[in-house]
Amino acid sequence: MLRRALRLGLGPGLLGRGLGTHREGSTLGKAEGSGGYRGSGVFPVSSHVTFRTRGPGPRWEDSGSLGAGAWDGKVSEIKKKIQSILPGGAWSPLCDTSHLPPEHSDVVIVGGGVLGLSVAYWLKRLEKQQGAIRVLVVERDHTYSQASTVLSVGGIRQQFSLPENIQLSLFSVEFLRNINEYLAVVDDPPLDLQFNPSGYLFLASEEGATIMENNVKVQRQEGAKVCLMSPEQLQKKFPWINTEGVALASYGLENEGWFDPWCLLQGLRRKVQSMGVLFCHGEVTRFVSSSNHMETTSGEKVTLRRIHEVHVKVDRSQEYQPVECAIVVIAAGAWSGQIAELAGIGKGPPGTLQGTRLPVEPRKRYVYLWHCPQGPGLEAPLVADPSGAYFRREGLGNNYLGGYSPTEEEEPDPGNLEVDHDFFQEKVWPHLARRVPAFETLKVRRAWAGYYDYNTFDQNGVVGPHPLVVNMYFATGFSGHGLQQAPAVGRAVAEVMLEGRFQTIDLSPFLFSRFYLGEKAQEHCII
Amino acid sequence: MAAPRASLRLVAPVWNGGTSGIRGLSRAVDPEGSPRKGRTLLRFLADRFYDVEAVREYLLQKQVLKVLQKNRFQDKEWMRPNGRGLSGELWKLREVPVEAVDASGCAINYQGLDNLLALKELQSLSLQCCPHVDDWCLSRLHQLANSLRELSLAGCPRISERGLACLHHLQNLRRLDISDLPAVSNPGLTQILVEEMLPNCEVLGADWAQGLKLGPEEQTRDTASSPIPA
Repeated sequence: MLRRALRLGLGPGLLGRGLGTHREGSTLGKAEGSGGYRGSGVFPVSSHVTFRTRGPGPRWEDSGSLGAGAWDGKVSEIKKKIQSILPGGAWSPLCDTSHLPPEHSDVVIVGGGVLGLSVAYWLKRLEKQQGAIRVLVVERDHTYSQASTVLSVGGIRQQFSLPENIQLSLFSVEFLRNINEYLAVVDDPPLDLQFNPSGYLFLASEEGATIMENNVKVQRQEGAKVCLMSPEQLQKKFPWINTEGVALASYGLENEGWFDPWCLLQGLRRKVQSMGVLFCHGEVTRFVSSSNHMETTSGEKVTLRRIHEVHVKVDRSQEYQPVECAIVVIAAGAWSGQIAELAGIGKGPPGTLQGTRLPVEPRKRYVYLWHCPQGPGLEAPLVADPSGAYFRREGLGNNYLGGYSPTEEEEPDPGNLEVDHDFFQEKVWPHLARRVPAFETLKVRRAWAGYYDYNTFDQNGVVGPHPLVVNMYFATGFSGHGLQQAPAVGRAVAEVMLEGRFQTIDLSPFLFSRFYLGEKAQEHCII
Repeated sequence: MAAPRASLRLVAPVWNGGTSGIRGLSRAVDPEGSPRKGRTLLRFLADRFYDVEAVREYLLQKQVLKVLQKNRFQDKEWMRPNGRGLSGELWKLREVPVEAVDASGCAINYQGLDNLLALKELQSLSLQCCPHVDDWCLSRLHQLANSLRELSLAGCPRISERGLACLHHLQNLRRLDISDLPAVSNPGLTQILVEEMLPNCEVLGADWAQGLKLGPEEQTRDTASSPIPA
């Protein structure tokens, strides 16, 4: 007992943090009863805010070794109940509100996919004092049946042309490599991402060869391990490829491959819940904001807006809860454009900053799984053909996953996620069979469709604050490479929210203001 | 067979990422930790008294130095540390490239591999029973593709078939040991796929018929004999 008390007295921050959530005696601030909220069937572990004092006094009271354990538990239960009943707590005397989200939250993240959860994780990780920020993640589909995260092919690569993209991907791969250090939860088993470090192989025709060389130079400068191969080297290394029409190939040697996105999502979810983030199963239907007419230094008039409330409608009901919030983060993936419209972004004369919409819309992409008994072996990387078709190995049974990005005219209707099998026959198969002759005999086993949160402006992410709506941040629009950049983007957005500027990776080329200024941050090609 | 204990000593004592201080060493030395009462008492006391800790360190060092280290230089025999650590002649040989490294049982990890990958003339590498070598580490081995001829990964608990897929860079490999990998889901099939991937390499590992079920007529026979392939 003496030892524990001594340890509590001596440790200024480290041990104090870990015990912070259990110490009721030193709670000075407002706290929500954990019984007052239930969201998506999952009970949050620690849902109250504690403002700790740093003196040794309160620590001695609550060393936890005083009295029997049962009495300790009862005292904390009673205190929680009292605090939830007091004004500001979540308990309402007139009706049962346990299924509703809380009335107040510091940050509301619209969208519970990998990007939303990543922002929540980094917010809780980078906050100055444990429990200082209350985060609410609003996700309207807790089965993630249409979420881009889980329908994705799961690839990660550093072969981009923009240095920012390369850095994002490099940090994300380091995050995935050490995922059990970042996302460790006490008493829970470690995560197995099933990462296949097989790399990406990009093939370029004559026209694309110079661009590919320049890209590889930038990638190497940023620290990616990529090698260039001539058609002869390519043929020697991968004899099953038909190198006709290929002038150059770039192959990622390390830190590239594919993994299981569902595992990452569940790992983030589990960790984020253990850090005290609240989840809400509902849909955002309205933003209540106020405007402020101001003048810039040059005399121009601007209208700055601030969002005060987010109305969250409960699933399958007309009931909604107005959540008062300080900051809103839009990480709604393919539906971010709709959410931004709800928030009034883009309502104004076209050509002005007020009239600039968030150009993110859902685009449907098909993924097909086929079996080819004579296909490429264990060494097959994710091969991206210059035509836009791509495929990768799946498992050990000669199964392959692949797809093709359609041109603008061929874009399928994003209204639903129905699969068009003729698309495979007419568009995907010819390119595959041309590139890998063994694929002339194959049999499609399964197929599914998923959405890209497609940025129609330049197909790269939108990250950071909105210039006019002062408390809104974006983390969306990645057009097919959101999953592989999610950990790094989450950190960048959390840094902007907490510190005011990007600190580790500078994502200024990805700010919203580029849509108004017309500065495209264009990537060479996407798959 | 060398006892799978103790740190890797190469040229100057190189601390790899795995063993952090003496505590890490003790973990590496005694992975099973047979719960002898005397040992736990010693550990308990060592946590609390500096003198006992010093005695324990001394005992540990003695144990460590007793174990054989095998490192081979070009045309020379394996270098082993004697009572005073690696001998002085090692310093004279520091320009000579290292040909073979035996890191069995070492707690070497992803960052620690930096030290091994710097050896551009390495021909034989043994990473048997290394507890922290996983698929990510295997993806780094492509840097040794020019020289590596022999690789042993037997008994590593974290390596799966996904990591084995990136061994295809090692085209000069002539001997590969992938036996006893508990994380590989289908050892027989993996063996076949790896053999196809590395045609010039002799792959030792699972019996490829392992995992095949006996046909109905063989079920009456003794299961000790290898099953007839389907």
